[in-house]
Amino acid sequence: MSRIDTDTARKVAKLARIAVPEDHLPALAGELSHILGFMEQLGEVDVEGVEPMTSVTPMRLKRRGDAVTEGNMPERILSNAPDAREGFFAVPKVVE
Amino acid sequence: MTEPNKLTIAEARDALRKGDLTSVELTAACLTAIEGAGALNAFVHPTPDLALDRARAADTRIAAGDAPAMCGIPVGIKDLFCTEGVASQAASHILNGFRPEYESTVSARLRDAGAVMLGKLNMDEFAMGSSNETSTYGDAVNPWKVDDRRLTPGGSSGGSAAAVAADLCLGATGTDTGGSIRQPAAFTGTVGIKPTYGRCSRWGIIAFASSLDQAGPMTRTVRDAAIMLQAMCGHDPKDSTSADLAVPDFEAALGTGVRGQRIGIPREYRMDGMPAEIERLWADGADMLRDAGAEIVDISLPHTKYALPAYYVIAPAEASSNLARYDGVRYGHRAKLAQGDGITEMYEKTRAEGFGPEVQRRVMIGTYVLSAGFYDAYYNRARKVRTLIKRDFDEVFAQGIDSILTPATPSAAFGLGEMAEADPVQMYLNDVFTVTVNLAGLPGIAVPAGLDRQGLPLGLQLIGRPWDEAGLLNTAHVLEAAAGFVSKPAKWW
Repeated sequence: MSRIDTDTARKVAKLARIAVPEDHLPALAGELSHILGFMEQLGEVDVEGVEPMTSVTPMRLKRRGDAVTEGNMPERILSNAPDAREGFFAVPKVVE
Repeated sequence: MTEPNKLTIAEARDALRKGDLTSVELTAACLTAIEGAGALNAFVHPTPDLALDRARAADTRIAAGDAPAMCGIPVGIKDLFCTEGVASQAASHILNGFRPEYESTVSARLRDAGAVMLGKLNMDEFAMGSSNETSTYGDAVNPWKVDDRRLTPGGSSGGSAAAVAADLCLGATGTDTGGSIRQPAAFTGTVGIKPTYGRCSRWGIIAFASSLDQAGPMTRTVRDAAIMLQAMCGHDPKDSTSADLAVPDFEAALGTGVRGQRIGIPREYRMDGMPAEIERLWADGADMLRDAGAEIVDISLPHTKYALPAYYVIAPAEASSNLARYDGVRYGHRAKLAQGDGITEMYEKTRAEGFGPEVQRRVMIGTYVLSAGFYDAYYNRARKVRTLIKRDFDEVFAQGIDSILTPATPSAAFGLGEMAEADPVQMYLNDVFTVTVNLAGLPGIAVPAGLDRQGLPLGLQLIGRPWDEAGLLNTAHVLEAAAGFVSKPAKWW
């Protein structure tokens, strides 16, 4: 399995949407590599024919009618927003 | 009644019903204790006015004569639970100022049963940590002390454990993703149970790793754990993984003894370099159960060694997905933007400022193991290993084992800051005896069983069959009585 270099660390930080200053990337790469090194023990296990676990308790998910059960509370939905205007969440311009 | 905050839940319930005590008196005693315990940094958002309002309402209900067991009992709520109108921020800067418009199902059940919320409790940020040192509120401190050092109460439910051990509340909610109820309980001489996955609703609990997270009570006795768990669990249509099963009367299940029970001792939990004290405690625990009439059986759980690495793939993977919602749009912190910054810069700066280092590390590990090219090698392989870990337990239970006895932690509480220079993997080793239980979805309980050489509490863990919390609590009750742990931390705070 692979170890993480500075370029990979930069790419992971980008995918995770976390700003990491360029001069912190080598240290981050080292840390992530070390943690992944610990996980490489998993390579020793014979998992031939084993199904990956999707649900720890053998039960079927409940179903319900596809109907609106709650709603009409825009003020409450927006009450914690850092920036809300005219009934909407406000964000920096997305489309030029 | 002097210092009623030191009562157990069972004692307080009986005193309230008899009229020897009011919930207002009991709540006031807890609020005074909290005010005097700033040095422990356990309660990070006290809610005294709300508490006294609820205490008065509880007294009215008790006087009317139809109050449930938790009515009038003051409890602390971990900051991971959303509580309506009260700060709920998972000990993270990114949720600064967040006041939910809703109440989590578990805290709502407690509220509806008449329990009195005293405030919100410290924890590791997003429940990621084993020492309560990743909190935006600063470290919670263990009331146990043997020298000048301030010790960790464990994590992530460190504030809950410290508050219960220091008699600031009669019980507290915790959550457990890899050991976050059981390890802090062991470090503080308290009882903590993580029920079977699906027993407690996860609705309204800030998500860390959804396939592993479970809420549970932290209390001073096993009986109290039974009473409080009863009020917390039950089916909830708002959580699709909540089990639609009847909840037995846990307290009524206590006292039937362990005669004829088969208790497994898993050989793989005897780790290299395990301190002699832990090994002795474990052997003593087995002797106590044997003396009480149980049969002690050596068992094997062959994939134990791989539980930690599997956990540290699966939990960060789920966390990276769950924590994607913290983007500075709907709640909490948003970074100040520079001229020309767009939405991507807003996300990246907000998350860099809002998440602490351990959370950032786990989100990035999770991102990596889920990324194209590595998904099969890490994430899918870890999920297959998880299947094997669960199968180990299934086979042992199929052989007639009723519960499994292990140490709760590899050591007693350590000093705050002592692990600062250690690499993250060293800290992860705290969970070595507890993560298997989350991976297999089983109930597990930590029971205080003795003191180490320095005089710090040590705990033992019992692991039960799925949905058999009643049997597990009964066995824990026998162990508790035999161990006779009555020590309390001397007040220094």
